[in-house]
Amino acid sequence: MQTRIRIQREDFDLNAEVSALAGNGEAGAVASFTGYVRKEGDLSTLTLEHYPHMTEAEIMRLATEAGTRWPLTGVTVIHRIGSLKPGDRIVLVAVASQHRQAAFQACEFLMDYLKTHAPFWKQETRGDKQHWVEHRHGDDDAVKRWEK
Amino acid sequence: MNLLYFAWVRQKIGKSEEQLTPPAKDVASLIAHLKNLGPNYTEAFADLSRIRIAVNQCHAGLDASLGPDDEVAFFPPVTGG
Repeated sequence: MQTRIRIQREDFDLNAEVSALAGNGEAGAVASFTGYVRKEGDLSTLTLEHYPHMTEAEIMRLATEAGTRWPLTGVTVIHRIGSLKPGDRIVLVAVASQHRQAAFQACEFLMDYLKTHAPFWKQETRGDKQHWVEHRHGDDDAVKRWEK
Repeated sequence: MNLLYFAWVRQKIGKSEEQLTPPAKDVASLIAHLKNLGPNYTEAFADLSRIRIAVNQCHAGLDASLGPDDEVAFFPPVTGG
């Protein structure tokens, strides 16, 4: 399984990433999830901070776990950091497998665990005020369904 | 021991990183030690249900044991994705 993990300020190109995953013809299916900064009221900027090295290590652990649960040929995770605006792409999880069910399920699994385990923090700017986004308990419930 | 702080934990403590040699064998006793260092630490660690911990870049609990060369990070529950 080929695993690509990138934490970057720059935007990403969904088509290029999916093509790279499908590229060698091994995969019959690529499922991907793209997350965007939601437009919400007077939200002007979303600033993302992370824990360098642990972020990559944690996502690698999650990808490895996904690889033991489903027969995957490739995983790509890209997460942006820094200052983002409403409508900006923020995260990409793309999973390649021979069949669609494994690709769909592993993609959901990785997103659920990324939201609860990868060390990123979002700070919102509204007007001249900044505040840290609170963790959503619904995200913890989403992870529970994957527990063995 | 190398200590790292992120997000509002970093803001409350007023620094992102520091080197300490605390008399602590586990995370719980490290936090007890830090809370005595000043009101900024006391405030940051006032509610431990809002604090998450990593030891050597792996999620860990209050009972995780610590050695002198460990990297320990404190941060709020994560909000990526």
